[in-house]
Formats: sequence, structure tokens, C-alpha cells
Amino acid sequence: MNKRWCVCVVCLVVLAACVAEPMPAPSQMPAEVLQPTSVQTVRPVRVMTHDSFDISEDMVAAFEEQFGAEVQILQSGDAGVMVNQAILSADNPLADVIFGIDNTLLSRVLDAGILESYPSPLLDEIPDQLELDPQNRALPVDFGDVCLNYDRIWFDERGIAPPDELEDLVASDYNGLTVVQNAATSSPGLAFLLVTIGYFGESGEYSWLDYWRDLRANDVLVVDGWEDAYWGQFTYGSGGAGDRPIVVSYASSPPAEVLFSEEEFEEAPTQAVTADGACFRQIEFVGILKGAQNRDLAEAWVDFTLSKPFQEDIPLHMFVFPANETADLPKVFVDFAQIPEHPVDVGYASIEANREVWLTAWTDTVLR
Amino acid sequence: MSRWAHPAGFKNRSWELALLALAVIPSLFLLAFYFYPLGSILSLSLAPGGQLSLKSIATLYGTPYYLKTLWFTTWQAALSTFLTVVLALPGAYAMARYTFPGKMLLQAVSTVPFVLPTIVVALAFVAFLGPRGWLNLALMRLMALDEPPLDLRYTLGAILVAHVFYNYSLVLRLVSTFWSHIDPQLTDAARMLGANRWRAFREVTLPLLLPAIGASAALVFVFCFTSFGVVLILGGPRFATLEVEIFRQTVQFLNLPLAGVLSLVQIVLMLAMLTIYVRLQGRISIPILLRSQGVTQKRPQTTREWLFLALVVAPIAATVLPLYVLLESSLTPDGSLSFKFYGDLFRNTRGSVFYVAPIEAMRNSLGFALATMFLSVVLGLMISAVLANRDTQFKPLLRLLDSIFMLPLGTSAVTLGLGFIIALDHPPLNLRTSPAIIVVAHTLVSLPFVVRSVLPALQSIQPQLRQAAALLGASPWQVWREVDLPIVARAVVVGAVFAFTVSMGEFGATSLISRPDLPTMPIAIYRFLSRPGMTNYGQALAMSSLLMGVCTVGFILIERFRIGEIGEF
Repeated sequence: MNKRWCVCVVCLVVLAACVAEPMPAPSQMPAEVLQPTSVQTVRPVRVMTHDSFDISEDMVAAFEEQFGAEVQILQSGDAGVMVNQAILSADNPLADVIFGIDNTLLSRVLDAGILESYPSPLLDEIPDQLELDPQNRALPVDFGDVCLNYDRIWFDERGIAPPDELEDLVASDYNGLTVVQNAATSSPGLAFLLVTIGYFGESGEYSWLDYWRDLRANDVLVVDGWEDAYWGQFTYGSGGAGDRPIVVSYASSPPAEVLFSEEEFEEAPTQAVTADGACFRQIEFVGILKGAQNRDLAEAWVDFTLSKPFQEDIPLHMFVFPANETADLPKVFVDFAQIPEHPVDVGYASIEANREVWLTAWTDTVLR
Repeated sequence: MSRWAHPAGFKNRSWELALLALAVIPSLFLLAFYFYPLGSILSLSLAPGGQLSLKSIATLYGTPYYLKTLWFTTWQAALSTFLTVVLALPGAYAMARYTFPGKMLLQAVSTVPFVLPTIVVALAFVAFLGPRGWLNLALMRLMALDEPPLDLRYTLGAILVAHVFYNYSLVLRLVSTFWSHIDPQLTDAARMLGANRWRAFREVTLPLLLPAIGASAALVFVFCFTSFGVVLILGGPRFATLEVEIFRQTVQFLNLPLAGVLSLVQIVLMLAMLTIYVRLQGRISIPILLRSQGVTQKRPQTTREWLFLALVVAPIAATVLPLYVLLESSLTPDGSLSFKFYGDLFRNTRGSVFYVAPIEAMRNSLGFALATMFLSVVLGLMISAVLANRDTQFKPLLRLLDSIFMLPLGTSAVTLGLGFIIALDHPPLNLRTSPAIIVVAHTLVSLPFVVRSVLPALQSIQPQLRQAAALLGASPWQVWREVDLPIVARAVVVGAVFAFTVSMGEFGATSLISRPDLPTMPIAIYRFLSRPGMTNYGQALAMSSLLMGVCTVGFILIERFRIGEIGEF
């Protein structure tokens, strides 16, 4: 009897052990999956990035072909989650390269000292104003502008003038027309908060908080994230279910609306407000993590992401603009996208230094 | 004498030890994948550099905001749980006592909300309940109003409605499965003795049902207590639970000391409440003779019974309406029926490296879900077998184990996700970027569902049954197989359904751990929704509808799954 019982337990142990290992360990996986044609070993380059990262299959294949490498892409939530993971795993990094740190998080990354300096030769092709880190630990790879978007058709049909500057939103004609994201949980939400700080300033007769007070009085709707705002509340994005014709989105959203539509447009159905000081430029950076396994491959990948072919592939996959000046924009961007000439100027160091103060003040003013 | 029958010559104590040994594997699992990562991240947060610093506790205590958040977290969870249980009981009765055409489909569809990404549910709510939603338009037409009469957006009401919507099927299934094994003759006897319907329910059925009600209520409470997406997205930014605050402190400010203290508070509170629950559960469980569903269920016969059934089943069907709105919009791109959005899913128009073919997303989702289901059922049965054994000298230990196995569900996904990253980074547990970590994370969260589903049934088995089997010469294994398993089989199926569901829905922690490119259906939905453009929206809806379809089919297949004669019970 006793023996039988033991046999049962042993069986269960074995069963559980089999179950606990249903997948191959990560180190074994690539070799099996890839089946290299040559005898030469394929070396991995591990890239950690956020969930919005995307690029052509062909691009990745071209890199792998050229360098005999295997690109392993790890996605880990939004840029904020990714940066925290990178910082917390600094002793034993998750990846060799990190792609997509934006300027609102740059200071946190640089202060944590998790990046290696790498002065890529391709930096020559990138405008100086995007290069925020003089030590070249974080290299600018793309940028996008957060600004107000409006439903052109909605305004046309009602004969109301669409907004063309921030002040318009607090006018009585615009009561209950705007939806923004929670600055404390959403990246465009935070960017729009920075727009108001850069535009109205922190002190003076009419500060950014005065603006938000007026916005609140004018029935601004604050929702959790971009998806909820754009698809749920924005009149155009929600196909009429929502009732807000003005939304915080990107300057590249109008070309995306044209591209991902069945209709042919002469003029995009939505428009971005790109007046001076009405946008915040999110610059995304790429960098090599300290402790990268294959430093030469990591450098090759960074160069590759900054090179013209990759840069030209960026707009239609991530809906942001290439940092490399020599890259040509796709037609839909040339026809329908606007690049604001003068986005607001809020230094990245002051963003990290004041984030908590600003967000607390914003939350108290707008939500409580 | 022990509740567990043991053959003559088998020492009481060694039998108990052998039983406890069964708890070793699940405990090791919990130790490696819960306590170790959690301990790592908490010690990093609270004792950076090896020196314990609890300064943040002072911050916490000194700021009324956090106490308010804590209070809100607790009462909204309690209220949501109460509403869900009360609303689900009539349905559970109907499901327990009657068989009717379409019953299995209805049950399957009512579980679908559980797997849908919160943002999709939010969009369905806007389309259904929003100011220009289906319901408001219907009401405006009906009552000749100019303004939409209902606006639930960003209110406490929206949170409660969503919590009920999500958790309804949990209570429905757990309670109705248990109820269906209670002999209706018990109530009949009470009525014969002169009790009216209400009294017979209150004094006979309800006390017998309490273990199942308690188990489902505990799950719903833990679920709502750590609610994140629902509160943020449907409640709007004005409402914040502890979990939302942990997310903000971690992701926005990387304020680990404060986030650590908040997580600790969340865990300690959870543990306290679970301990109370486990104590109550031990007291309310009454061993009875459980009957087969074949005996307890019947087709409604009189018009009155049909009418009652229609009334009770209508609300269940109503929960399906928002889902129908989703399906309809995915099928009508320009107002007329077309499969265009579905066709688009199969084309990688931009040659993207992250293009997910629907079949691939389905395969990944199902792979993770089946692995999770298998692992949680095996581990869950082991734990339940141990925990059901109440009359032993190890009772306090078992009680503790019982609450501890619920804890992962009540722990901040943000915190645990970071714990995985920093703790599971060296052999033999070098799993942080392996697909296995996803199965592990899902299993941690699914285990409570399996245990809470199986345990009430197991504890209600009359010890005499086991003793009789043992007297007739059955070994402990035979007793378990012949007596216990047939009785708990239905409950195991329910637990399996929810383990499958939890995994299909990509819960919490997985979106916060680093994932290799094995996109699941929810991830594919998020990818479509992350950029503007009508066809992206349409494809997200199409993928959501596919997810609903796959889950419905999955639920029905699991329900029909039989091991030999066991499922016949």
C-alpha cells in the first residue's frame, strides 16, 4: 500500500516536471528555429523596445543576412515600463540594444548610467537639435509631434471654425468639444501637459495651471489613454459614437487616417494643429546597454537603424518621422503630414526633475 | 478518527504526512515563481543597499490621499462583489435545476467578457451604452427624447457595471455547478413540512450553497480589489485603486520605495481578508450526499416554469448584447454586411515584421491557454486534495496554504512583473525572456480559480463515502479516483474553463514582462488599436470577434471533455 502511494507521488512529480518545461529554454530556441545554412554560427543581437515598435520584415532579414546575426526583439509594454525594466536589470541586462527611449524618460536613463557611449558615424546625417546627449549614449532615431487633432468634417458640417491655437479650446464655442488623456498614465497625455507648460509657462499672469482650470471649466474630458480617447470619444475615430471632435494625438495621425482608409481623400479627414508652441516633440533614442554581449553587433544594429533604408521604413510602420535628414518621406506623409516648425521647448532634464510636481499639480487641478 | 479513511494498519500520522507531501510541488511552484520574485523586488524597493528603510510608510500614512485610495479600493470591491453575487444567484438557480436548449452555448457566451481586453469592452460599452450608443438611441426613440437619458461614462456606475459584466459568469458557473449536485428532495422535504419557498431556500438551500457562494465571492472580491484596467478606462482618471497608484508610482516616477510599500499593504490586506475567508469557509462547509446532475436537473414543464426561466435567463442574454454590438460593427464596415475586415487580417499589407496572421495568433493563444490550463488543473488538484483534509493536526498550516495560494491573484501585476525580470535571470530559473514565463504567470493567476472551484465540492463529500470505499479494500488512490474525482469532475471542468479563460485574456503581469515575439490574440488587438485609421479599428474588432468565437468554441469543448465515465456525473 505504502509503495503504491509513493509511486503515485513520483508519477505526479514527473508529470509536473514535464509540464513545467513545456517550452524550450530561451538559449536553445534560436539555434533550433533558425537552422543556419552555413557552418558559421549565427550570433544574436537582442533588442528591447516598447509595444509600438514595428518595422519591415525585409529590413530585419537584410540585417541578419549582412551580419550573420539573429535579431531578437523583446517588447515590454510602453516606453516607461521598458525603461524601468532596463534600469532594474542593469546588472544582467535583458538585451544588447534599447530602442525607443523618449525625451521625457531620457534623463532617468542617463542618470541610471545604463548606456554605453557610441558616437555612430551616421550622427552626421542627424540634425543637431535632435542630439540631446552630448556624450552620445542615447542616439536620436526618430521623432513625432504630439498635438491637437480635430475632425475636419465635423467642423465643416457645422460651419464652426476649427481650432488653430491652444487658446481656442477655452472659448465658450468649444465647450465640451475636447478630449485629452490622463497625463499620469498616458504618454501623449504627458506630452500635452508639457505643451501647456512650455506655452503658458509655470508662472506669470496666466500659467499653465490657469489654462487647465479654464479647460476644466470648459468641460474638457480626461480619459485614461490614447486608445480610449481616439476610438471611444473622438467623433471621427469612433465613427460617431463619441462626441468630442478635438483630441490629443499626433501630427502623423492625419496621414495614417488617409492610409488606413478605404476612401480616397483630397484633404485628410482629420487635421493637426501645428501652430507655434502647440506641439511637443517626442524624440526617440536608441542606445547600447552596458554589458551588451556582442558589442560589434550592437553597434552594427544602431548604425543600421540610423541608416537611410531603415529610416525611410520608419514612417509607415511607426508613424513617426525619421531622424536622418537624408531619408525621404513616403508620399502619404508628404501630402498629408505637417511637421510643426516650432514645437515647445521643455528641456529633458527639467521633465524628469519636475515630473512628480507637475503631475501632482495637474492631477489636483484637473481631476480632483 | 481522521476524516480521511485509511486502511487498517496504515498509521494516521504517516498518512497525513504523505498527503502533505502532495502539497510540496505546488508549494515549490509558488515559492519559485511568486515568493522569490516578489521577495526580490520588495527587498530591492524597501531595502536598497541592504538597509531596510520604511520611510515611505510614513509618507503613506501622512497623506490622506492614500488612505482614501485604500478605502475606495476596498469598498468598490465589496460593492461589486455583492452586486455580482446577488445578480447571479437567480441565473445560477436556473442553470442548476433546468436543462433547456442552448444552455451550454449561453453559459459559454456569458464567460466571453472575461477574455476581452478592457479597452475592447470599453469600446463596446461606448457603442452600446454611450450617449450615441445603441441603448440610448433606442430609449430616445421609444420615449421621444431629444437628449440621451443614460450617461454612465466615467462614473462609479460604469465601474460597477463593468465588474458585474466581467465577473457574472464566475459566480454563475461556480454556484450553479455546486447547486446542481444538491439533492432537490431536500427542499421538497422542507416544503412538505410547511416551509414556504423563501424559507426553504433560506434555511435549507442557502446554508448548503454557502461554500460555493463564498468561494466565488472571494474570487470576485480579489479580482475587483486589484482591478486596474476597468477602473482606469471605464471609471476614468478620477478614480484610483491601490493597483493604479502602484502602477503610477512604479512606471511614472520609478519611486520603488513607495510602490513597494503600497504593494506590501495590498498583499497584507489581501492576506488578512483571505485568512478571514478561509476560516469562515471551514465553518460553513457541510458534508452532504451530492447527487448527479442527471437526477437534479429537468426540463421545465409547466408554462410557469418556462416563464420563470425566460425571466431569469434574459439578463444573462442581456450581458451578451454589448458583445453583439462588437460583432456587428466588425461585419458592417460601411453599413452593409461584408467580411472585408476579416479578409484584411490575412494580409500583411505593409510587410511588417510584427504582422500576425490570425491563425498564428490563435495558435499562440491556444498554446499558452492549454498549457496554463493543464498546469493549473494538475497543481490545483494537488492543492485541493491537501486542503480538503481538514481534521488534521496540520490544520493551521493548511489554512495558511489555502490563503497563500490565492495571493498571486491579489498581488500587483506591475510589482510581480518587475520581480520576474530581476529574479528569474539566472539558471536554473533563467526564464525572464522565455515563453515559459507567460505560462507560469498565467498559471499563478489561474490556480485560485481551480482551487476555489474544486475545494467546495471536495469538502462537501461525506467522509462515510470514503470510509465505506476503504472498508471495501480500496487504496487511497482508488478512493480518490472512485469517490472524490467523479464528484468533483464538474467542478474541475469549471476550474479548467477559467484557467483557459485567464490565459486567453492575457491577464495583468504578462503585458508587463518582456516578451519574445509570440503574439497572442489580445496582443494583436492592441497592435491594431495602437494606430489611427478606420481599417485598423475594423481589424481590431474583427480580431476581437475571432477571439470571442475561439473562446466560445473552447469553452464548449472543455465542457464536453470527458475522462471515461467521470464526466457523466
